[in-house]
Amino acid sequence: MDFSFSKEHQMLRRMAREFAEREVLPIAKAIDEEHRVPMDVVKKAAELGLLGVPFPQKYGGMGAGEIGYCIVAEELGKVSSSFATIIGAHIGIGAMAIYLGGNEEQKKKYLTPLARGEKIAAFALTEAGAGSDAAAIKTRAVRDGNYFILNGTKQFITNGDIADIITVMAVTDPSLGPRGGITAFIVEREYPGVRIGKLEDKMGIRGSSTAEIILEDVRVPKENILGPFGAGFIVFMQSLDMGRLTLGAACLGGAQTALRMAMEWAAMREQFGEPIAHKQSIQWMIAELATEIEALRSLVYRTAWLVDTRQPFTRYAAMCKMYGSEVASKAVNIALQIYGAMGYSRDFVVELMYRDAKIAEIYEGTNEIQRIVIAENLFRDFGVRIRP
Amino acid sequence: MDFTLSEEHQMFRSMFRDFAQKEVAPLAQTTDHEEKPPLEILKKMAEQGFLGATFPEKYGGSELDNLGYCFLMEEMAGACMSTALTLHVHLGLAGNTILREGTEAHKEKYLPDMAEGTKLGAFALTEPEAGSDAAAIRTVAVKKGDEYILTGNKLWVTNAGIADIFIVFAKTDPQAGARGISAFIVEKSFPGFKVGRRERLLGLRGVVCNPIYLEECRVPAENLLGQEGEGFKIAMRALDYARLGTAAMCLGLAEAALREGSRYATERSQFGGPIALKQAIQNYVAESAIKIEALRHLVEYTAWLADKGERFTKEAAMAKAFGGEIVRWVADRMLQVHGGYGYMREYTIERIYRDARALSIIEGTTEIQRFIVASDIFSGYGLKIKP
Repeated sequence: MDFSFSKEHQMLRRMAREFAEREVLPIAKAIDEEHRVPMDVVKKAAELGLLGVPFPQKYGGMGAGEIGYCIVAEELGKVSSSFATIIGAHIGIGAMAIYLGGNEEQKKKYLTPLARGEKIAAFALTEAGAGSDAAAIKTRAVRDGNYFILNGTKQFITNGDIADIITVMAVTDPSLGPRGGITAFIVEREYPGVRIGKLEDKMGIRGSSTAEIILEDVRVPKENILGPFGAGFIVFMQSLDMGRLTLGAACLGGAQTALRMAMEWAAMREQFGEPIAHKQSIQWMIAELATEIEALRSLVYRTAWLVDTRQPFTRYAAMCKMYGSEVASKAVNIALQIYGAMGYSRDFVVELMYRDAKIAEIYEGTNEIQRIVIAENLFRDFGVRIRP
Repeated sequence: MDFTLSEEHQMFRSMFRDFAQKEVAPLAQTTDHEEKPPLEILKKMAEQGFLGATFPEKYGGSELDNLGYCFLMEEMAGACMSTALTLHVHLGLAGNTILREGTEAHKEKYLPDMAEGTKLGAFALTEPEAGSDAAAIRTVAVKKGDEYILTGNKLWVTNAGIADIFIVFAKTDPQAGARGISAFIVEKSFPGFKVGRRERLLGLRGVVCNPIYLEECRVPAENLLGQEGEGFKIAMRALDYARLGTAAMCLGLAEAALREGSRYATERSQFGGPIALKQAIQNYVAESAIKIEALRHLVEYTAWLADKGERFTKEAAMAKAFGGEIVRWVADRMLQVHGGYGYMREYTIERIYRDARALSIIEGTTEIQRFIVASDIFSGYGLKIKP
């Protein structure tokens, strides 16, 4: 047992924190109000190597592993959920699908510019009729010689409108379903027939974009099949496992900021002749929240360690996502309550954090789906196969 | 025991519901998105007699009792929380305080205009340093001849930007603590009265909420409500009644959330059937409905106590605390039922979620309500507790 971070990881944390506080924190409120993706700051992150943290150096990455990536996600999550979302969709699921499912050629061609941050990735799974039920996708890929012709509409795609490289899941054999009938493809934004549809107007994470991607007779070369033909569902699920872990790490960051702000306010705000920190109602909130944050921290980094040591981690990643988002929501709710009416005002950042926090309980698999994943894994140990 | 409603109450209720669904609900999204005060709806409400509904007929009202007022708030909040709160502060807080505490002259002067909607009301108690600790207000009122000169700043004054008549609390005896507070009726037109910048809020975006600045504001002595030093009691009494109305708004908003979520669950198909077939969804819906029914009974029981003239301070605090917490819980679960769609601003549940969050803060935080409940219980044991 050893809970200490390596020197390299400590250095990475300092660097990520400095970047987050210097570059991201000052714009966090403005990008929400202006509903704009801060591409200039994404570029700066790329220059520091922050867009390829977990990937090997030979593919342009930092080679810092999942622990390193969780550290970065945590530090970004502390200052801006929007920014953590942009990076998370890029590394955690978009590029990750290529890293996990791609062959050497594909990694050289696509992962390398993504890891270097020269290009931006998106991960296109969700459709209007396929959210939690991801296997219900309708986007079709039909073979035509050395190409596949893709048709369909993907919905709620983070980075959809800024991405250069999109990993897309499509049905290649409707008779087979998720086992063998779904294939993953690497699609370039520049391919004819790729169109950006509706941009969503969201409650929070308004500094990140969520777009519809429309595929109309898009010709994708067959060498862009990601992973084995017909095994797209597996590639995507593996990517989501990784994404869920780092989302948990970002939530860990957000929850800590909420706790810190709640405590600062409670120490400063006087009512009934003393700081409200002296009231037990406030103390209980703080104590319970801090306990949950510590439990989350251990869960996140233990899961990252499982990944880096190549052990099974699916159920733990689902726990990170589910528990992390719920702790973060609880943290922001407590911070808002302690701020009182000030917390409800858009002049303070707590309000923004409250709107931002809710999405983590929904995206990258709703928390209901995470519970199914956890239960499925646990029951499998008993030889029981459960249905959703 | 009899849980049936009188014919009159049933009539009121269906009238409120029809109006809310026909006139208020269709404008709720634009009221929120454009941050527009619901002035046109208020005009229509005035025509229906809602703006002075609790007043006696001679002041343009229909003597709606507390239970009826709860129905009014429940139905309006179910359609548009911003509109409901605007009405509530005008009528439930400002109008009813004048009705309850004012002289005949006050009522004649102010209530008919308020009922007609030519003048709207607001209630100014909170200050930068006096939120939960309301007795800590610093605004002072100094008597000079036949006027009081008021100086101080008020914060979070709902309706401030659209109201003409303000119930303002100030210290006539700054040394005397809560017993040094007096209440005044202050008109917007009085010299020295200023309204500050409108607050930008998480939700309730149709509500106009501003600070007000009293810079040696001159208030005629006859605009003192009650006697000097009675202001804190007047405020606490006003809040007792108002909390009941707020609890009814929690009820209406929670019901609206449940309606949105339940309907969505039947329409949304995943895994080969409507998600309403999943136990997780069923549990969210059932748990929401259980909480809503418990709140309904608490609200109606408290209204019944109030209408009988019995003490209801503890029950109103319970209803407000419970209501504020459950409406947030229900809104949260029903947004969860909507999945990603619930996070999009075009869906009603997104607005409900933001609106709901105010309700465990306004008119006394949940923590203050719990204090009121606990202090009532411990006083039964002869123990006086401090917040």
